[in-house]
Amino acid sequence: MPKPPEAHRLLEVQDARMAYGLNGKGPLVLDGVNVAIEEGEIVSLLGRSGSGKSSLLRIIAGLLKPTSGRAMWQDKPIAGPYPGVAMVFQSFALFPWLTVRENVELGLEAQRVPTADREKRTDDAIALIGLGGFEGAYPKELSGGMRQRVGFARALVVHPELLLMDEPFSALDVLTAETMRTDIIDLWIEGRLPIRSVLMVTHNIEEAVLMSDRILILSSNPGRIMHEMQITLPHPRNRDDPRFRQQVDEIYGRMTARIGGDRGSERGGQGFPGVGVGMSLPPVSTNELAGLMETLSGSPDGRADLPALAEELNFEVDDLFPIAETLQLMRFAEVAQGDIQLTIAGRKFADGDLEERKRLFAEHLIAYVPLAALIKRVLDERPNHRARAARFSEELEDFMSEDYAEDTLKAVVAWCRFAELFVYDEAEQTFSLEPA
Amino acid sequence: MSEPVLRRAHPALRAPFNIWDLVALAIILGIFITISHGARGTVAPLQTLSQAPISLDPWRLPEYAVRTSMRMIAAMAASLAFALGYATLAAKSRHAEMVLIPLLDILQSVPVLGFLSFTVTGFMALAPGNVVGVEFASIFAVFTSQAWNMAFSFYQSLKTLPGDLEEAANAFGLTPWQKFWRLEAPYGAPSLIWNMMMSMAGGWFFVTAAEALSVGNTTVTLPGVGSYIAAANQAQDFGAVGWAVLAMGVTIVIFDQLVFRPLVAWAEKFHMELTASSDPPTSWMLDLLRRTRLMARVGRPVGAGARWLASFRILRPLPRPAALSARGERTFDVVWLAVVVGLALVAGREIFGFIARELTWADLIQAVELACLTLLRVVVLIALASVVWTPIGVWIGLHPKVAERVQPIAQFLAAFPANLFYGPAVSLIIMGKLDPNIFLSPLMILGTQWYILFNVIAGASAYPTDLRQAAQSFGVKGWQWWRTVMTPGILPYFVTGALTASGGAWNAAMLSEVASWGAHHLRAAGLGAYIADATTKGDYPRIVLGVAVMSVFVVALNRTIWRPLYALAERRYRFA
Repeated sequence: MPKPPEAHRLLEVQDARMAYGLNGKGPLVLDGVNVAIEEGEIVSLLGRSGSGKSSLLRIIAGLLKPTSGRAMWQDKPIAGPYPGVAMVFQSFALFPWLTVRENVELGLEAQRVPTADREKRTDDAIALIGLGGFEGAYPKELSGGMRQRVGFARALVVHPELLLMDEPFSALDVLTAETMRTDIIDLWIEGRLPIRSVLMVTHNIEEAVLMSDRILILSSNPGRIMHEMQITLPHPRNRDDPRFRQQVDEIYGRMTARIGGDRGSERGGQGFPGVGVGMSLPPVSTNELAGLMETLSGSPDGRADLPALAEELNFEVDDLFPIAETLQLMRFAEVAQGDIQLTIAGRKFADGDLEERKRLFAEHLIAYVPLAALIKRVLDERPNHRARAARFSEELEDFMSEDYAEDTLKAVVAWCRFAELFVYDEAEQTFSLEPA
Repeated sequence: MSEPVLRRAHPALRAPFNIWDLVALAIILGIFITISHGARGTVAPLQTLSQAPISLDPWRLPEYAVRTSMRMIAAMAASLAFALGYATLAAKSRHAEMVLIPLLDILQSVPVLGFLSFTVTGFMALAPGNVVGVEFASIFAVFTSQAWNMAFSFYQSLKTLPGDLEEAANAFGLTPWQKFWRLEAPYGAPSLIWNMMMSMAGGWFFVTAAEALSVGNTTVTLPGVGSYIAAANQAQDFGAVGWAVLAMGVTIVIFDQLVFRPLVAWAEKFHMELTASSDPPTSWMLDLLRRTRLMARVGRPVGAGARWLASFRILRPLPRPAALSARGERTFDVVWLAVVVGLALVAGREIFGFIARELTWADLIQAVELACLTLLRVVVLIALASVVWTPIGVWIGLHPKVAERVQPIAQFLAAFPANLFYGPAVSLIIMGKLDPNIFLSPLMILGTQWYILFNVIAGASAYPTDLRQAAQSFGVKGWQWWRTVMTPGILPYFVTGALTASGGAWNAAMLSEVASWGAHHLRAAGLGAYIADATTKGDYPRIVLGVAVMSVFVVALNRTIWRPLYALAERRYRFA
């Protein structure tokens, strides 16, 4: 849909800050975020988990209130859910006890739209989105793709000016997702969608480049708008087009630049939020770490291009980045400008036998993962060589939310089990040097 | 083929009825007539009861069964309304929750007939000289046996609403009223209906006990199956007891077939799983209703009306959670807590004062000793029932064909009021010169042991086939099989069953530690008999003391044994 000559501003978020916990004293999720959506554009919020992109979307939908800053809809402050927007959910969020038709009618019924009007609009939306013939079916009878079509119809039927999409394709298989993207873009280009703009949250770089006019790249922990990009390629866009690839590579570079960029700073060169023991760690398994090191050691210089690697392994950024970053933290690899390269230690790990791997891994855990070192030290110092997990999770919760603390502790437990540094008893929730 | 076209063009020519209409109409008219017939006696002067004493003529049983059923229906309706309201309040308001949920836990542990002892005089005062007051008292007794677990089930559903659906409801601007009917009530329906079924089963036991009331000088006998049983026991008439068993069985089957099976089959659509279940529950009654044209005609406007009501914009859309001012919030918490604790202290002092006026510490010690005896009985009986029913349940559960047939029978038996068998049991004890302290005990668990059986059956049926095959292929047998393969796998189910059975046994203590058959009165030492005696004498301080001690025992048992065991089973032994 071409932009009207005098683009009208639909939405504006000014200096939004979001922190969880009482009085906003908890960990920061969003910090100083500014977003403006004009009429007639598709905008993507691209970021990894922890970038606060979903929180930002919910602030815009009126479901969350920012800790500070303003969110304005057509120059009026947003005070709660409002009729100008409608949302498509990642999990579809369909009511299993309502038929397709009843699900689509949900928003209209909530507003008590008169029956005749409601029925006509529902018929139109169902026909538009390709659900004809499925009106009487229940969601559990539909495939994932058809379910998300219901999600789209339910949002479109209320004729929102701004359509909000929260990772709408990420719960679908690759083929279905691609069909859906193309269908939505075709309808948009033909001007058949009863909406004026689209705001989509995604962690899939190619999806953002494929669909958007503008991409806002969010950094993680806390989420800040790190970069803004215009995508001017004409539709339909082709993933194999060199210009498309170049845009994708550029975004990969930007999203990994930060990982390498902080090198030498007080963070010690990782992308993880927090310092020292308070560093929040992702739940990455040792198999994934070993697997990535082996894959890298297959190439002559132990180096790989991250976008190419992601495609080869069929990974998305949320899958690949935490593994790469963990390798970087433990000095098994270095990540910079969209490339990843094994270090000497990483190569030794990849070439070593299990015994050697465990030894190396333990060494690096103690040296570079402060929490692992702390647990080990506490166990060594105590006469009975035992410590309750709560002792560490409480310390972690000073730095991060409960969920992150749990993930972090889980990650370290898994790594240390592999390295055989100490034992963890799940039932007793205690660490010890030797099994009880 | 012109005929179909003609027919389609003139819908009026279509027969408005089909054969299913006639069947459904017959059933529904039958229900109406029965209800109006049964309702006639409920509002009448109290003397009518003594003028028409319970007759042991089996032909009077259908009428008695209708009266009893109507009490059940009234109690169920009240329980349902209570459950929806109480749970919603507790789930929506944090401050209400702080009080209501612990309160529910206590209410659940108060023996059902204990409520009856307190309330019957109050209810009779509500409508002096009229049957309706006594009817209310017996309905209230049944209500107290049904409402708590239903409220708790709905509360738990409200607390575990799927986040994405809640968000969708808010995002599309549903008001709290609309959200309740579109999201909360449907989401809670399957578990609520299941709990209604369980409550109904327990309710039959108490409705029969609550019809022949005797508190102090007040003795009332309401026409119903329960009074019929009491009269039969009094007359030592085995034949009449047999007829009562038959009438009860038929009534339970009718309720199951006409009410609960259709409800369960209908509620299947409210299950959250997004995959169709391979073996959905079915009901001929529901199919019948769905097949009838008249029902479809009546049903459509009714459905549309319900939908119209549910979509009223009552209450404003939920405002976003206001930015919390930590200090204000904390101050309010403290004030609230102080008010609640203060009220509790005042109430506690009142109760203590009431008891202490006539009773001494020796009475308390006596009550605790008797409670220990009852506890011993419960523990031994649960252990015995577990040893007997677990292997049988596992065997049945592993044979789907058998399980299919046995499961409904076990549920039926659980619904069966065990006091039907008191008479015969007592005469056996007397004839055999047995010790009532031991041989009255099995009556306690007669009705509740089935919970262990059908939960174990459910657990064994749900046991993953691949694990069983793995055990088989590694040659795991005998004791090792029980220890490592089966017991951990069914533990969550077993604990649920044993917990229910234990709660039921405590409740049954008041009925099973004393029993009469004609002129013979048997009595076993225990807290149940203590409360029952106090009730007969109208000795309120002792009733209060006995009920309080029993509640404390049940709550303590739940907290120290069942809850940790349940948590462990859920965490460790539940197949994800």
